[in-house]
Amino acid sequence: MRSIEERGVQMDISGRRKNETAYAKPGTARRFLRQWDIQLMALPAMLFVFVFSYIPMYGVLTAFQDYSLFRGFLGSPWVGFKHFEAFFRAPVFWDVMRNTLVISSLKLLIGFPAPILLALMLNEVRSRVFKRTVQTISYLPHFLSWVIVAGFVSSLLSTDNGSLNLLLQKLNWIEEPINFLSMPEYFWSILVATGVWKEIGFASIVYLAAIAGVDPHLYEAASIDGAGKPRQMFSITLPSIVPVVVVFLILAIGNLLNAGFEDILLLASNPILRDVSDVIDTYVYRIGIENSRYSYATAAGLFKAIISVGLLAGANYWARRSGNSLW
Amino acid sequence: MKLSTGDRVFVAAIYIALAVVGFTAFYPFWNAAVVSFNSGADTLKGGITFWPRAFTLENYRVVFEDARLIDGFVISILRTLVGTVCSIAATAVFAYSMTKKELIGRKAYMVACIVTMYFSGGLIPSYLLIRELGLMNSFWVMVVPGLISVWNMIVFRTFFAGLPAGLEESAKIDGCSNWGILVRIVLPLSGPVLATLSLFTAVYHWNDWFAPSIYITNADLLPIQTKLQQILNSNIMHEQLAQMDSSASSHMGRMRSVTTKSLSMATMMVATVPILCVYPFVQKYFVKGVLIGSLKE
Repeated sequence: MRSIEERGVQMDISGRRKNETAYAKPGTARRFLRQWDIQLMALPAMLFVFVFSYIPMYGVLTAFQDYSLFRGFLGSPWVGFKHFEAFFRAPVFWDVMRNTLVISSLKLLIGFPAPILLALMLNEVRSRVFKRTVQTISYLPHFLSWVIVAGFVSSLLSTDNGSLNLLLQKLNWIEEPINFLSMPEYFWSILVATGVWKEIGFASIVYLAAIAGVDPHLYEAASIDGAGKPRQMFSITLPSIVPVVVVFLILAIGNLLNAGFEDILLLASNPILRDVSDVIDTYVYRIGIENSRYSYATAAGLFKAIISVGLLAGANYWARRSGNSLW
Repeated sequence: MKLSTGDRVFVAAIYIALAVVGFTAFYPFWNAAVVSFNSGADTLKGGITFWPRAFTLENYRVVFEDARLIDGFVISILRTLVGTVCSIAATAVFAYSMTKKELIGRKAYMVACIVTMYFSGGLIPSYLLIRELGLMNSFWVMVVPGLISVWNMIVFRTFFAGLPAGLEESAKIDGCSNWGILVRIVLPLSGPVLATLSLFTAVYHWNDWFAPSIYITNADLLPIQTKLQQILNSNIMHEQLAQMDSSASSHMGRMRSVTTKSLSMATMMVATVPILCVYPFVQKYFVKGVLIGSLKE
């Protein structure tokens, strides 16, 4: 197999050399024409990537314009940092920043360890049927759309015979049903809990796979040395999966400003919640799409993107020092 | 292996904790299903948790007689079929060319693709692009922008590169063209990866409600998830209005056997059934799919 490949390379090189002597120009253009069939497979796709990924990246410059739909991107006047200054001075700026940071920190603190804990617990289960059942059920919510999940949540939390209110009333913890989804003090908890509910099972897959790779002799040796189950979990299983955990932690920190979008949009449909629910992404959506202030919203989004890149680089620097770099 | 008393307690606690997790994951779904099979008027009396008290198919009858909802389902099915087939085909062809070492510009193409996984223009520039391309209010806005998935391309490429190189060599010697090799040799050998990525892509298309909600204003073109979102949203507002003055409007609702709540639960169930149908098939593959994805990182 290898030799064929090498011969192919050699032929290629000698072919090119012949070309170089025969023609004035080296044969890149000719080789390109000769491989038109595979270029035809790649170039249209690259054109798509260019149009739908790179043009919007360039379009970010509209943050420095006063974009108007009638003049388009090329005709709109440039205004420098006007929109950034307006964003930093906006009365909601600090609320939006606080919500973004608090919500994403809560998601990181609770949503990140939860699947690791689930994987550790599943690893201790000896009954295959039980394990598979828990896995199958807990993976399922990942495949449901946020619309459906938000529908479940608002039905469970409803004052109109929602299951949670029924339960709390039956336990005599409350007398009147609580309208959870229109009280700002509950919103962060609801949001984080819903996120954990949706993703805990699916996120645990990677950790389970990492745990499966742990050498079983380690457990044997530990149990001969008198380590009980809890000790084995925390002294063998957990340290063994640290490299995987660190990689995912770096990614999570890089995503720190992605506090959520669809979930917040759908769960915080009540404007009463705006003081605690508005994060940068939902703010960009509301100002940009709903109020059509395109340049201003792009500036807010660009501000977020720049900080995110910084966070990712910082997290990676920290990880490289501990020897688990992402790149 | 014998367990000490401490270990037994530990393991028992884990079983209990996992049972709670399983129950919590399952209950919202089960409860919604139960409400959707229960008479709406009866649900209003409260206490519906694990089992329907007044079983009825009335809610589903209303859903399936509502022309707007049926339209939504048709759009969703069309979008999922067309979107998945086009995207998988285009991405697989692209990925195949990227396995070719002699492809001029391969490195540059790859770098250009990977950059898009870390950076994007964001919501507003993409929105303005779609506007300027004239894709607003078109069915194709749900298909075209996502046609090439860089992520799927990398998974395909990894899989194609793992196929035995000898097959391709001998086909080439027999005079088979690159397109011929792709269609007759590579794709028939790629069943598992095709199935996995198709299913993931289909789930994405079926579940996406956001893109249509900003790009499509013509209600006839909205997929079911977006319609459902609008229905649920107006229900919540309804409920909150009804609470503020709990008089006329909510009493009107109490008279009917089909309520907005039971109706939206039934719609939600119908919108979830396709996912439940493919789920057993996805499950077989997605563990592998997830692992290929994380290997790349």
